[in-house]
This record gives sequence, C-alpha cells and structure tokens, in this order.
Amino acid sequence: MADAHVHSHHDHTHGRDEHAPIAAHGPSRESALLERAIRELLIARGVFTADDLRRQIDLMDSRNPAVGAKLVARAWVDPAFKQRLLADAKAAAEELGIDCSNAPDVMVLENTPRRHHLVVCTLCSCYPKAILGIPPAWYKSPEYRARAVKDPRGVLAEFGTHLPDDVEVRVVDSTADLRYLVLPMRPAGTDGWDEDRLAALVTRDSMIGVTVPSAVS
Amino acid sequence: MNALFAPGDRVRVRNDWPEAGPVRVHVRTPHYLRGREGIVERRLGSFPNPEELAFGKPGLPARMLYQVRFARAGLWSGAGAGPADTVVADLYEHWLEPAEERHG
Repeated sequence: MADAHVHSHHDHTHGRDEHAPIAAHGPSRESALLERAIRELLIARGVFTADDLRRQIDLMDSRNPAVGAKLVARAWVDPAFKQRLLADAKAAAEELGIDCSNAPDVMVLENTPRRHHLVVCTLCSCYPKAILGIPPAWYKSPEYRARAVKDPRGVLAEFGTHLPDDVEVRVVDSTADLRYLVLPMRPAGTDGWDEDRLAALVTRDSMIGVTVPSAVS
Repeated sequence: MNALFAPGDRVRVRNDWPEAGPVRVHVRTPHYLRGREGIVERRLGSFPNPEELAFGKPGLPARMLYQVRFARAGLWSGAGAGPADTVVADLYEHWLEPAEERHG
C-alpha cells in the first residue's frame, strides 16, 4: 500500500493549495477600504440608512436556487401558472410569496424538445438574483462569459450536458435590463410526483441552462 | 413611445466603437455583435439609457430595447455549435439600423 500512498501524494495539485490562508482569497485591502468609505459616505449623506443596508443583505441572503426550483415545480404541475410565469415572471413569483418589487425584470425561457436555452452575461455578471440568489463563481469568470457564446456545446459538454444537433442551443446574453431564468423540461419518469419532490430535482445549474434535470440519481 | 423595429425585422448592429474615442463611455452592446445582422425577436419595452445612467445622468428619453437573434454560424466559424444554434442579446434601438434587403 506504500506505493498507492506515494501515487496519491503525487496526484495532489500543489498549485491549488487547499490549505492556503483564507486572506489570500478575499477582496483586496484597497477595494475593501473603498467599499467601506463609500458605504459610510452614503449613510452619512442620508442616501440610505444602515438598517436599509442590513435589510437588503437579509433579503439577498434569503434568495437561493430553492426559490427558483419552487417556481419551476409549480410550472410543471400547473399549466395555467406556467403561462403566467412565461408572461410575467415577477407577478407569478409574487403569487408564491416571492417579493421581486425592487428587482430588475425577469424573463423565463422555456426549454422544449426543439430548443435549449443557456444564460450568460458576457459584459459582467447579470443574474436573476431576486430568484436564484448570488451567482456561482464560474458564472462570473471571464472563461465562462467568453466561451458560452462562442463554444456553447463545448461548455455544455464540460457540465456533462450533450444535446442532439437538431436541438437549437439558444445562448441568451443578458446585456441590458432583463434577467433570465431557464424553465427546464420536466424529466421523464416523474408522473404523479408532487411539487416538493419535483422541486428537489431542479438545480441552480439547470435554471442557468448548463445542465438538464434528471429523475435518475 | 414609437418603436422603429418590429419582431421579424432584419437589423444590423451599428459597427461603432465609441470606446476607441477620447471620452470615457459605458456601452452595453457586446463587441462580438458589432456590425452583425440579426432578426428582431421581440420588443422588451423602453428603459432609461444605461450609457447615461452610468455617469449619473437621468438617461432620458428612455430607449426602446429589443431582443435580437443571431445565427451562431454567422458569428463564429468552427466547432462548438450545431447548425440551428443561435445567440440572443438585448440591444437598444440606437445601436440598431435596418439591414439591407436580401437580393435573389
């Protein structure tokens, strides 16, 4: 077993040391100071209060992919709700008690057997935060942003998603005032499932469009 | 407000590069779409102009925003996409012009 140990030690990637000090990954000292200076000035000038800021952070923390999964599962079981979700996503979210009043407009993109949507923001990192929360780090990476529009099927393959050539892969670049949420197709083998069980299949990545949900675990 | 374009219209993204000028600008039209032709997918409504909002101006009058569809094959050659693949982006009216009619 000594050989196996040596082998696994050599597989360890020293370039990405898991034990590096946490401080190395945080914002730079300069940007942290800048954030603090601007925040304190805005509060001092009465643009907003410290309590406004705290409530906004609370609100953002309450949003996560489970909120989006709830919308998707409801759309799968209730065709009338699905139509309302596609027509006016924020109003449909309000029906389920999700307050999106101060958020940018959201458009829901329905995947079909003929068309698969993939969402990117090539200019920055626009994301339906009011519904999905904070985007994953890879969504904000220059690599994803550049490659999603240029090599969408290559990116999908890296997420384990392979689609037939006759399916239109529609990359949606959220360049302006709308945020996009993908409504994936309901997986086969889920007849009779209730909303909670369906919602558990709906991942964050499937609502960005890099994966498709599956009932096979 | 009046919209210049309707769904189905063929449009070209202006081949302008204001970033190259001496004045600082904020532009929401991706480089990879400048000068490219696409089809208006839908109107998204009018929004204050982000190119002015970015500099603390009101951005009025609001600009009509369109979802425009591009054939992926017309943007890049090479592998990585299927024949039916498309890219959709949201573009403001002042970045769009009518594309010439196709002959033949």
